[in-house]
Amino acid sequence: MILDGKSPTGPIENTWDKHRFDMKLVNPSNKRKYKVLVVGTGLAGASAAASLGELGYNVETFCYQDSPRRAHSIAAQGGINAAKNYPNDGDSIRRLFYDTVKGGDFRAREADVWRLAQVSNNIIDQCAAQGVPFARDYGGYLDNRSFGGAQVSRTFYARGLTGQQLLLGAYSALSRQIKLGTVKLYPRTEMLDLILVDGEAKGITIRDLVTGKIRTHVGDAVVLCTGGYINVYNLSTNARGCSATAIWKACKKGAYMANPCYTQIHPTCIPQAGDYQSKLTLMSESLRNDGRIWVPRKQNETRSANEIPEEDRDYYLERKYPSFGNLAPRDISSRAAKEQCDDGRGVGPGGRGVYLDFRDSIKRLSEDVIRERYGNLFEMYERITDEDGYKVPMRIYPAPHYAMGGLWVDYNCMSNLPGLFVLGEANFSVHGANRLGASALMQGLADGYFVIPYTIADYLAQTTPGMLKEDAAECKASMDEVGGSVEKLLSIGGKRTPAEFMRELGAIMWEYAGMARSAESLGQAIEKIPVLREEFWEDLKVSGTGSELNQQLENAGRVADFLEFGEMLCRDALNRDESCGAHFRVEHQTGEGEAERDDENFSYSAAWEYKGNSNEPELHKEPLTFENIHYAVRSYK
Amino acid sequence: MSPSNNDHRTMTLKLIVWRQKGPNEPGRFETYLAREITEHHSFLEMLDVVNEDLIKEGKEPIVYDHDCREGICGTCSQVINGLPHGGQTRTTVCQLHMRKFKDGDTIYIEPWRAKAFPILKDLVVDRGALDKIIQAGGYTSVRTGAAADGNSILISKEKADYAMDAAECIGCGACVAACPNGAAMLFTGAKVSQLAELPQGKVEAVERVNSMLGAMQECGFGNCTNHYECQAACPKGIDVKFIARLNREYLKALVF
Repeated sequence: MILDGKSPTGPIENTWDKHRFDMKLVNPSNKRKYKVLVVGTGLAGASAAASLGELGYNVETFCYQDSPRRAHSIAAQGGINAAKNYPNDGDSIRRLFYDTVKGGDFRAREADVWRLAQVSNNIIDQCAAQGVPFARDYGGYLDNRSFGGAQVSRTFYARGLTGQQLLLGAYSALSRQIKLGTVKLYPRTEMLDLILVDGEAKGITIRDLVTGKIRTHVGDAVVLCTGGYINVYNLSTNARGCSATAIWKACKKGAYMANPCYTQIHPTCIPQAGDYQSKLTLMSESLRNDGRIWVPRKQNETRSANEIPEEDRDYYLERKYPSFGNLAPRDISSRAAKEQCDDGRGVGPGGRGVYLDFRDSIKRLSEDVIRERYGNLFEMYERITDEDGYKVPMRIYPAPHYAMGGLWVDYNCMSNLPGLFVLGEANFSVHGANRLGASALMQGLADGYFVIPYTIADYLAQTTPGMLKEDAAECKASMDEVGGSVEKLLSIGGKRTPAEFMRELGAIMWEYAGMARSAESLGQAIEKIPVLREEFWEDLKVSGTGSELNQQLENAGRVADFLEFGEMLCRDALNRDESCGAHFRVEHQTGEGEAERDDENFSYSAAWEYKGNSNEPELHKEPLTFENIHYAVRSYK
Repeated sequence: MSPSNNDHRTMTLKLIVWRQKGPNEPGRFETYLAREITEHHSFLEMLDVVNEDLIKEGKEPIVYDHDCREGICGTCSQVINGLPHGGQTRTTVCQLHMRKFKDGDTIYIEPWRAKAFPILKDLVVDRGALDKIIQAGGYTSVRTGAAADGNSILISKEKADYAMDAAECIGCGACVAACPNGAAMLFTGAKVSQLAELPQGKVEAVERVNSMLGAMQECGFGNCTNHYECQAACPKGIDVKFIARLNREYLKALVF
């Protein structure tokens, strides 16, 4: 089946404005007749719930955390892009659009990316008005810095805490609506099913994580803003609670999963220290503005970093990519680091690390300036490694970080199931095969503040409110199904804990579908995952009961979903027999080890339809065309 | 430098942990052994190890709140040896590492204790009261899409920095747990100060301080009597000067 992304046609500059005019509106006095369910309260969810509540819709919003303020968007440190061109260095909406399409290796829809670039400027204005304390220069104007993959300074930031400040901005807007009564908040709840009426999304079934009660919430549209699935690798930079559960449940109800193999490995994380480890910590990419990355020239170097003289250091990014240097994009930098380590020149325990060195910038700018720019990151590094990054180079290594794939959505951010909208990291839309730095925050807020308020109206205006009642058969069936699967998890009575299964799945994913994949490795993963899944359902041990706060039960459910989703990810990676962006197939590389795209055969978004665990999913393709930016090999040399 | 401090010296610790089945159940201390712990374990990873052991023994694992495990989401919340987050300066529990302890140590672990934070289970408390305070006025009333250009309001670097110092609060509630009065003055003070310092927030300053202080009292938080325990416990180093600022904003509001 050929999918239609419903992109507006005509000159790209006018697409969003034209589309906004063409969409239907809901009369202000009719808005209160509609109820919208927003799942997830990070940047996309909180901004969407706040904006929709403000417009007059009835909104119910759900998060698994104890407060919306804890969503994992809070941990994004570096910054948020916008095409303001305040630094007068040649930026424009078109350039941000160009960088994003090219950075994503030509695997995203042009119109979606244009819209993102266009509304990026409104986001900065909105957040500044909310009191987000962006960095300012001495004249009182907003300050900018640069990020990987771009040659202009378009990144707005709030120390190393940009995600926190933007999330707290959205959270405060949401809090205001909660107080006004337009939004009702349900914290500590997890969505465990999507309810359809005649194929349209009209409700969700949730488990109250404190009491264990399972209940349904009905509405006229469902908006999933539940983040990414990168915890399928077990160890990642995501929070422990981040899961694929909500989008996977939707997928099992017929929503298509697009491009799940586009998984970003971030080059700037603290290397893993032990098997017990529960977390890989990201050091902001902004560090690469001033830090220089290097490894020893010779293999198995035993001298400590500061004892290695200049001539024995290999600044490999500056050497290989002279025009972008340390700011080379994430996929390129990650693979380059892996190459050095695979070549026996890695540093730290197990040789899994490269140096990120501030010596030269401290000499050039002073320690005070560096402290002012990145102080909290140095502090965080010291807490974890017990090393002082001002005195010795930090050690970094790539780690799973972000999901560019997600549920398939059209230009309206609506999935193939009418009434099911998907925003932010949970959808697949704008990043293509690789996400540039500082564009995740931009997408979350763009979708929530400036896209969904317009596009959801077009759907609701053509919908009769209140089609599903809480006592309907669909609700009862969904509750029974969810209750049944909770009972099943509790009743296995095996020996292994959810964490053990997750570690095993993570190891398979990292080994066979990690930074580099091949048909052979993916084939092995596709054999191993179902075996592990079978073991899971025979040998799982979950303590406690379903009618209480039970973290083991929560984890078990998430692991069960990852065990199904991971296989689909590998199948997508196997199907995409080319290298592009963060998806690197070792069969397809240039003589110099760079990724080799196959535009002729793979210029499409892959949308997978779930057909049951024992069947292969069905592939639907959405062809991608590029009318405004011509295919080019990404070169950062 | 010794990047490869990869030795496998392990420690065994005695944990005395608060266990409580539910909000209305009585709680008690239980003793557990944490074995095979290295200095590289974070405190929460140490508890993960203990929990895996408990599950295998057919016992109930210790329930505790955590999420990002990188010191920013504010979810983790444990009183360790009497100190919220364990007492290491500017450190959340998730960033506290076992190198701060030694083999054979006895460690007491309890939930946040405050009237406004009812215990839900074991070490998990309900901090919804902090959300109530923000809902009362911790925002500027700007409609989506109605904002002028970001540079149309100039803000001096000093003011932006001051606001950012206050805005760093992660809302974990350690300040409340540390305060003998169970006050949320540092939390409230930080938000009030951030917004009061910025031109965007000044318009609603009077209304904001009144309603946020009102919500604070309704939720059962105590008042500040200058113990400064909050500042000592704060993992983000939020300064008590923001409490002084809160009081000043309140006085200003009384005059208006």
